[in-house]
Amino acid sequence: MTLEGWIIILVFTGLIALIARPVGLYLAAVYGGERTWLTPVLRPVETAFYAAAGVKPQDEQGWRGYAAALVTFSLACTLLLFAILRLQHLLPWNPQGFDGVASGVAMNTAISFVTNTNWQAYAGESTMSHFSQMVGLTVQNFVSAAVGIAVAIAFARGFARKGAGTLGNFWVDLTRGVLYVLLPVCIVLTLIYIASGMPQTLARSLPVTTLEGGTQDVAVGPVASQIAIKMFGTNGGGFFNANAAHPFENPGALINLLQMLTIFAIGAGLCITFGRMVGDERQGWAILAAMGVLFIIGVGLAYWAETHATPAMLAAGLDPASGNMEGKETRFGTAASALFAVVTTAASCGAVNAMHDSFTAPGGIIPLVNMLVGEVVVGGVGAGFYGMLVFAILTIFIAGLMVGRTPAYLGKKIEAREVKLAVLAILASPLAILVGTALAASGLGTSGVQDAGPHGFTEMFYAFASAAGNNGSAFAGLTATSDFYTYGQAAAMLIGRFLIIIPALAIAGSLAAKPIAPPSAGSFPTTGPLFVGLLAFIILIVGALTFFPALALGPLAEATAGKLF
Amino acid sequence: MLSHLRPALVMTLLFTLLTGLAYPLAMTGLGQMLFPAQANGSAIVRNGAVVGSSLIGQSFTSDRYVWGRPSAAGAGYDGRASSGSNLGPTSQVLADRIVADAGRYGVPSSEIPSELLTASASGLDPHISPRAALFQAGRVAAARSIPVSDVETLIAQYTEQPALGVFGEPRVNILALNLALDERSATAR
Repeated sequence: MTLEGWIIILVFTGLIALIARPVGLYLAAVYGGERTWLTPVLRPVETAFYAAAGVKPQDEQGWRGYAAALVTFSLACTLLLFAILRLQHLLPWNPQGFDGVASGVAMNTAISFVTNTNWQAYAGESTMSHFSQMVGLTVQNFVSAAVGIAVAIAFARGFARKGAGTLGNFWVDLTRGVLYVLLPVCIVLTLIYIASGMPQTLARSLPVTTLEGGTQDVAVGPVASQIAIKMFGTNGGGFFNANAAHPFENPGALINLLQMLTIFAIGAGLCITFGRMVGDERQGWAILAAMGVLFIIGVGLAYWAETHATPAMLAAGLDPASGNMEGKETRFGTAASALFAVVTTAASCGAVNAMHDSFTAPGGIIPLVNMLVGEVVVGGVGAGFYGMLVFAILTIFIAGLMVGRTPAYLGKKIEAREVKLAVLAILASPLAILVGTALAASGLGTSGVQDAGPHGFTEMFYAFASAAGNNGSAFAGLTATSDFYTYGQAAAMLIGRFLIIIPALAIAGSLAAKPIAPPSAGSFPTTGPLFVGLLAFIILIVGALTFFPALALGPLAEATAGKLF
Repeated sequence: MLSHLRPALVMTLLFTLLTGLAYPLAMTGLGQMLFPAQANGSAIVRNGAVVGSSLIGQSFTSDRYVWGRPSAAGAGYDGRASSGSNLGPTSQVLADRIVADAGRYGVPSSEIPSELLTASASGLDPHISPRAALFQAGRVAAARSIPVSDVETLIAQYTEQPALGVFGEPRVNILALNLALDERSATAR
């Protein structure tokens, strides 16, 4: 580990702490319906959207109506995307002449992008036409992110309101998210990205005659506009197969830093939005602090691990001084690669600037564990935040049990209904991960595995953790195009998205109806270090209890094997 | 659900038009106008021919050139098939590959800068470390019949330092370096 490496990590963490508040206050203004500096330009567009869709923005929905609108919208998006992918050979902007995407992969991809997972069972530059990338995938990058933020805001309203029957209007929250938050930022980011070297063209490719007289056909396309929202919306689906390791998606170290900042920006900001909405900003900082604790532990471990050579390298007699550079880019080195891996799995982004499959065994555990605990460390836009609040409810409940008082969070009594729903939301993903991995390991999914030994098990385990966590990163040695993986992963993605969103909205609906009790001497303070520590601890305990056996079969076995496979 | 059908369909259509067509096409137009070189792939043109992209590595096998990292992109540096090897930390296949690749340098693998024997994440990494470039200076100089110091000077000249002293590793873009080597040889002749 080097001083420069740690400076990168600390500068990144410091910048996130700096931008969280402005981002959070802006989000609070947007979703509170307040006037922002973009209102004069965007208000007419917003109104036109509502008029065309027959939406009355002042009509709010209860949690059931909000959830039903969300599910209907997601369904419409899935069908449209599936159709575009299947029919891309008949659609324009297909200069490479790609055929329609095979039905299993198209279905998997449609669900993947609508659920903000962006698991990719295909290689972008050899499968997707420019039309599919733009009109199909880029659109879902935007709206799936806006849906996630909308749920987080609705969840926060559950705490902020008292005696209320509604959580907001889904269509309004969706529209404001795209118009006022995602699109303006992405326009600025795209221009920065193009200037830094990301292609933005509808041309077929850049044909090259190499110095040694060979030919190289360099794939290009409308890259920058997709990468901007890919990161800011924590989608993570690359334009190219190598994702953010590809020089066209991530040309240099400063752009790498900017991309990581945009991955975390909304997730961190939402904590402050939440504090502002419940009338006590410290509540948001406490949540962000608990995320920060888990984040720093993860980055430290991953960076330390990746500065070591792997057993395979040592067996081949490689100089261990440079650490593990297999599957890493020279311009990023080990520090920025380890940091990126932790950021992308702490948030449910899933973009990669290094190949996680080639990480050391301990280095690979960190991204895996980040996903297993539900990506609540900052998290995907919105998804991480409501995931974290579900854990906060569980923490409050456990703390209440310990001292023998009725638990309350922010003046809202936490009762049987909320705890049951929280546990449902917390258990849904582990169930999908463990059942999926068990089925894969029983023989249904072993043919897609690349590596022998415990690492092969980890490839399958990681795949289901990534799908159910709506992350999308991979131990990419795995070939996931068989029916078992395309359908199994699609099921895991749906469970990981909707079996968390629906209970979360139900909790919010139930909380919104309750009165807010003023804090008393017996209330458990939820802004202090005790709460922060307990919350971080509960997350790790739930994760460890659920997944230790599976981790023992995969990365822990590999780390202690003492031989090659 | 039925009452949500119209907003769901109309919103899907409107967002598709806005974020799937208007946004990327406007960005393409702006990008082509403001930054045409970058927007089209950062081509390097010599004598009217595109000899590479300044961001994308290419395969080098001749002794006259500084070699790059092993590539898992297609058959090697395939611009349409970016990929890492994805071989794991206890992979026998990886160990064997490292030993096989080391043969090319004619010295034991322990003496070779490790990124010359590890595949990059993209398979298109255009860089190696200055140390890995200097390691090859002798071979390149001999193949070109020029003094080693000339090669070393060029390497120093083409070494990029971390931005702001911290961000990014010190590195050499070997396509740029090899082009410079060719130009030096051409002018010396």
